[in-house]
Amino acid sequence: MTTSAQIAVGGVRLTKRGSMRRDRRRALFLSYAFLGLFVVFFLTPPIYMLITSLKTSAEISAASNPWWVFKPTLQNYIELLTSSTYLTFFRNSAVVSLLVVVITMMVSIPAAFSLSRMKFWGSAALATGVFLTYLIPPELLFIPLFKTFAFLRAATGIEFINHWWILVIIYPTLTIPFCTWIMIGYFGSIPKELDEAALIDGAGYVQLLTRIFIPVALPGIIAATIFAFTVSWAAFLYPLAFTTSTDQLVLPVGVVTTLIKGDVFNWGQIMTGALLGAAPPLIIYAFLMDYYIAGLTAGATKG
Amino acid sequence: MVDAVAVRRQVHRSTGRTSAKSFARRKSTIALVMALPLILCIGLLVVYPSLYAVYLATLNKSMERFVGLGNFAFLFTRETFWMVVRQSAIFAVSAVFFKALIGFCVAHFVHNVPTKGQRKWRGMLLVPWVIPPAMSTLAWLWLFDPSYSAFNWILQQMGIGAVPWLGDPYWARFAVILVNVWFGAPFFMIMYLAALKSVPEQLYEAAAIDGANWWQKLWFVTLPMMRNIIAITVLFSLIVTFANFDIVRVLTNGGPVDQTHVFATWAFKLGIESNDIPLGACVSLFMFPILAVAAIFILRGINRRGNEA
Repeated sequence: MTTSAQIAVGGVRLTKRGSMRRDRRRALFLSYAFLGLFVVFFLTPPIYMLITSLKTSAEISAASNPWWVFKPTLQNYIELLTSSTYLTFFRNSAVVSLLVVVITMMVSIPAAFSLSRMKFWGSAALATGVFLTYLIPPELLFIPLFKTFAFLRAATGIEFINHWWILVIIYPTLTIPFCTWIMIGYFGSIPKELDEAALIDGAGYVQLLTRIFIPVALPGIIAATIFAFTVSWAAFLYPLAFTTSTDQLVLPVGVVTTLIKGDVFNWGQIMTGALLGAAPPLIIYAFLMDYYIAGLTAGATKG
Repeated sequence: MVDAVAVRRQVHRSTGRTSAKSFARRKSTIALVMALPLILCIGLLVVYPSLYAVYLATLNKSMERFVGLGNFAFLFTRETFWMVVRQSAIFAVSAVFFKALIGFCVAHFVHNVPTKGQRKWRGMLLVPWVIPPAMSTLAWLWLFDPSYSAFNWILQQMGIGAVPWLGDPYWARFAVILVNVWFGAPFFMIMYLAALKSVPEQLYEAAAIDGANWWQKLWFVTLPMMRNIIAITVLFSLIVTFANFDIVRVLTNGGPVDQTHVFATWAFKLGIESNDIPLGACVSLFMFPILAVAAIFILRGINRRGNEA
């Protein structure tokens, strides 16, 4: 792809040397200029988070240049990372996200295998249904789910609302449809000869899945795992609706509801909390960018 | 290799013919068992609540009496409801338009620069999409702060007066759209970049030989080749943006005076905070039509693709 482009450029250069080259250089310069502009637009909020997180409350309230740190301090970070409330948010978020990832993978990998390879009555309709489910936003479901869990409490005596583990039950609705959908795509791209050969060699369907499909589709599984983790880490509506006590909150809701205390100059700490809350997805993204992007684009190219 | 497999397959068939029926049954049984958790999850936590929402919307506030379409009739008489409808539509349409436009332009710029630098640019440009929206909206909230706004500080340095970013209804609407565009544009950029890379270079060469200028190349080559991906991303984004919650909730919480509420935040306010579950369910159901339209288009796309293959 790249080589053909270069050859093409070379060919053009040979024929029309002067103006083409100048045009290209101008286009390149314009591209860089606009890219720079957009990078500034896209990175301003995270950088401003970092700037504010390094300031003391005194410096923030002094209303000096907000874009510069005059007396950098790690005070905010130390305070948050030693505060038991914040660490509780972090732990809740981590536990919920990891459990959701495990549940998602355990549900969606066998389901995707079954839907892409082993047809059964209604499997085609189910595959389409999975995709449509992915389109239903949680904003449509939180009220009936809230009511359902209130009803379940009346019926069983177990309190569901306001426990962090309720999120482990609900979050899979955010992750399973999409993960199943992209896994169907990945499994579908594995040549049929491979499973036929394995079946003839005496492998069962479970072995076929664990010995062949999972290793071959590992990049897809990693992409789906990253997706499931980032989605459950970032979820905001469900935890806001279903948990209220401080010790049950996950990070995004905890930062938004407990750190904002009206007009106190707490912004250094809020920005620190937000930045630390954004750190896990950012770190995963920094190290596994290609998988992250593969997962993102697979969903739509398959659609 | 292929021959060997074919031969083996035939052997397999001839020996296994007698038990073929039970084999098929076993295969489909295993398949069903493997898909069962998925079916249960979707059935219990998505399909059932969706239907339950419709039922809830027909009850009175204390949920004891069936009122039919009474809640809808009540909503239609309220001015706030129409404001929410208008705001949701303006919000979703303009945000998606600018997301797609910016995503399209930025994808072209990234595509233009030499290949070895693209990774770096792409990496930086996708950051807004990676940060949890509730967290990044806090940064915007602080950038828009009434007395310590960092934007207003720059404006004042340039001699322009302060802007009431979140205090004035029009500026607040602009602010929620801006933040939504900031968050969503990188996603479009990534999608369109992938689509741009899949357009065969030969088409551009052919167009160049025919003397097409850059505008004609864009209009007659790039856009037709990207039509599908543009349609899909815009539909997806319309659904997500129409149902947006995080950004509006954190940035304005519907204020000033309910002017920036969209369906999701208003439904949350009514259903969870004011404890009027039926009315909240009723409001959230208004997100359904856009969903249905999008679903029909996407299903048609899938079927067409299926027929081609």
